[in-house]
Amino acid sequence: MAQPTRRVRGVVVIHAERCKGCGLCVEFCPTDVLALSPAFTSKGYHPPEVVRGEACSGCDLCGMYCPDFAIYGYRL
Amino acid sequence: MSERANPVERYLRSDRIPHIWCPGCGIGTTVNCFTRAIDESGIPMDRLAVVSGIGCTGRVAGYMHVDSFHTTHGRAIPFATGLKLAAPGMKVVVYSGDGDLFAIGGNHFIHAARRNLDMTVVCVNNLTYGMTGGQLTPTTPEEAIASTSPYGNFEQPFNLPYLAESCGAVYVARWTTYHVTHLKKAMREALLKKGFSFVEVISPCPTLYGRRNRIGDGLDEVKTYKQRSVIRNGAPTSEVSLGMTGPIVVGKFVDRERPTYQDAMDQFYARKLGDRYARASQ
Repeated sequence: MAQPTRRVRGVVVIHAERCKGCGLCVEFCPTDVLALSPAFTSKGYHPPEVVRGEACSGCDLCGMYCPDFAIYGYRL
Repeated sequence: MSERANPVERYLRSDRIPHIWCPGCGIGTTVNCFTRAIDESGIPMDRLAVVSGIGCTGRVAGYMHVDSFHTTHGRAIPFATGLKLAAPGMKVVVYSGDGDLFAIGGNHFIHAARRNLDMTVVCVNNLTYGMTGGQLTPTTPEEAIASTSPYGNFEQPFNLPYLAESCGAVYVARWTTYHVTHLKKAMREALLKKGFSFVEVISPCPTLYGRRNRIGDGLDEVKTYKQRSVIRNGAPTSEVSLGMTGPIVVGKFVDRERPTYQDAMDQFYARKLGDRYARASQ
């Protein structure tokens, strides 16, 4: 049986060059949208990447936690 | 689809970012909460002044795109007092660290709270002197290792909410950087409270406190807050002191009314001098 498609409710925006790789956004995302990327920023940190974008609720908790103002979310 | 801007962006001097704070430091998290609290409180940016002292948290004034001043060490509250008395229409916020507010500037804090000056004090308490190399502060918990206490601390630390309440603050709350939504709400309430409001934020210092005390990096320190925190709104502040282990009691502890310095002065002189008293303009 086909899964009913859920409407995408939120978007997360990442400003990778500001990131210092602390991992708070990954840890405290309530819907596990994020993971630390294997890629490096120009300063050598691993920024987060979106792995389950469809699950994002746009709650902006990542934006509240991020000490480097490098990520935020908003509801659509 | 057009992207919406980061809600914190309009409050930042973007040319100063990236900031100097270490990876995992909690000060940026408190700034996120603070900017969202300003948004919700409806205070216009041109009526808000942020004053800070010296230290890692003292840099907040430099990064905020509002009227701000980075004062000498410990003297954020005296500067803010003068600012508030000269411009009573401004909302004055003192944003500084535990060392600046309670060690170097401790005397100013107790007198500002005693007078009930109409200002908000946000203390980012990372339990150490971050900028100068992790020395012992008056808030370092017993047994904690600092660069000046290599065998551990034997001094009894300040219990900041207790100190603030006993000196006369009308609003006292404590949260950690784990409790971002609670912290935002507390900051909003503090901004809108008339009188001396005090918000303590327990914040990680991964480089100098967490690493030395074997807590781990910034993320690990926030996870310990999650495990150790107990929310007790209205708890007696005498029971909320911090230790190396044991619960971190968080919540809104005090919310009461007292005449502010300005109101008390106006009433007193109006009674004493009558028509001869020229009231400060609002």
